[in-house]
Amino acid sequence: MSVDLSVDVGGLQLATPFIAASGCFGYGLEYGDIVDLSTLGAVAVKGLFLEEREGHPPTRIVETPSGMLNAIGLQGIGVRRFVADKLPGLRDCGAVVLVNICGSTTEEYAEIARILADADGVAAIELNISCPNISKGGMMFGSSLRGTHDVVSAVRRVTTLPLIPKLTPNVTDVASFAVAARDAGADAVSLVNTFLAMAIDIETRRPKLSNVVGGLSGPAIRPIAVRMVHECRQAAADLPIIGMGGIMTSEDAIEFIIAGAVAVQIGTANFVDPFVWSKLREGLTDYLHRHDVPSVSALVGTLDTTRGHTA
Amino acid sequence: MPVDVDAVVLSNTQLSHDYNTVILAAPRLGDQALPGQFVMVKTTYGDDPLLRRPFSVFEILRDDAGRSTGVSLLNKRIGVTTRALYALRPGDHVRCLGPLGRPFSVAEPPEQAWMVAGGVGLAAFATLAANLRARRVDTTLFYGGRRADDLFHLDTFESLDVHLRLATDDGSRGDHGNVTVPLRRAFVSTDRTTPVRLYACGPTPMMRAVTELAASEGRATEVSLEQVMGCGLGGCYSCVVPVRGPDGTHFVRSCLDGPIFDGGSVVWEQLGE
Repeated sequence: MSVDLSVDVGGLQLATPFIAASGCFGYGLEYGDIVDLSTLGAVAVKGLFLEEREGHPPTRIVETPSGMLNAIGLQGIGVRRFVADKLPGLRDCGAVVLVNICGSTTEEYAEIARILADADGVAAIELNISCPNISKGGMMFGSSLRGTHDVVSAVRRVTTLPLIPKLTPNVTDVASFAVAARDAGADAVSLVNTFLAMAIDIETRRPKLSNVVGGLSGPAIRPIAVRMVHECRQAAADLPIIGMGGIMTSEDAIEFIIAGAVAVQIGTANFVDPFVWSKLREGLTDYLHRHDVPSVSALVGTLDTTRGHTA
Repeated sequence: MPVDVDAVVLSNTQLSHDYNTVILAAPRLGDQALPGQFVMVKTTYGDDPLLRRPFSVFEILRDDAGRSTGVSLLNKRIGVTTRALYALRPGDHVRCLGPLGRPFSVAEPPEQAWMVAGGVGLAAFATLAANLRARRVDTTLFYGGRRADDLFHLDTFESLDVHLRLATDDGSRGDHGNVTVPLRRAFVSTDRTTPVRLYACGPTPMMRAVTELAASEGRATEVSLEQVMGCGLGGCYSCVVPVRGPDGTHFVRSCLDGPIFDGGSVVWEQLGE
């Protein structure tokens, strides 16, 4: 039996469910020498504003137990340079490109989306309404239901590309944000972005990050992310979910898929092992064989709560 | 092209209570590594510590036929990964991704090479010294440490025909003070028209001082910057360095555009500690 790894994420067709997470894979081309980008489900490129940004001064990351904090501050080349300098190379590699975009205003999100609508080689738009590290934009929108609705509907009006808001976990009830995004016209949602967190150097009594606070990622957050994917699935079973949060192995990815994710993003794991992609595919294929499941789609949301629990 | 090797530890020599040299069986790394390049090291398979850490390739080891058999790392015990590296035993495994980064430019005769090292910054220079010797470049190592017993691998560099100029904080060997003391003297005794290529690796204040001293003599310095690094491949934008360019100062990734930089282009006051 051959198993089918392909998935449909709200109209976006992917050969495998494994997507490089935005902010963890540069613009993709950095990895072109060592990874065949066409073998990834998709590449979510580093978040883009309309204009170039320098980001925060170092120190930008600090390691914490089974995780890391980052406050990069969305350093980036701006959407126009991305379209001119990066997109052609990504097309040549055969990459499926999710362009992650961020704005300080709803108008800026819409303007970026308009520019991308005219570009060749964009498979979908991921809306960054969840970056915790910038003073304007990002999580400012994604932590309010009204802000979420406004950004998603503004971008929906200007593009027919699949639209995927990336949700923040820094809210009380993430499922209500998934519902708000769906009702405003989202084709899918991705979750979770990082958890707002901080670390202090007790010798100097100074923050370890230049931005004082940052976003926590890595295996430390995985169980919380799984729970949030589960909640979104319960609240909006018709809305495709891209799950993420500390996925290091195929087993971790499978956990998210069972919870309700149709695809998953790989972030921090790529830092530790840039060759993780083939291992993920092999592990998932092997699992589907062992469990006699013909396809990834058939595994999505198959959490069984009727028979009690397994410790 | 970088490779990820699961390298076996061939030996671990503890040089002091905090310094050690690990030899790894990693011929594919040694085949490719250029002076100044680094590897991303992970000593455990688990999630804690999670991230790899960057280390200079210290020496490239070769068999009698000249074929690469592996690399060594010079390590100073400071944090979690460096403590694990210090405690390695022969037969242990270490994951090494590399070689990565932009290498040093290697001087050619009649140009002289002056390598300026502080502490564990020595790690950047053994491979460079071997390359310089192969080109018959007259090479000097200026090397500073805390005490006489904090200066390591002097025989390695002597065997590569490197002249040594030493300095210690307590004056127990070489000049009393930091490494700029013998460097300053060398500038005084060297005609400004003599071609010299300078390299520096060590604590940030030291590299800044060397760059500024060299600049006052009208000379450039290639510095090896060590920033907190997430991935080593340009994916995370953690390891940035403020660099002055024609259109202003920008943060550039030290894993791709470095770790070797023109010291004169680095905006030292924005670099942090």
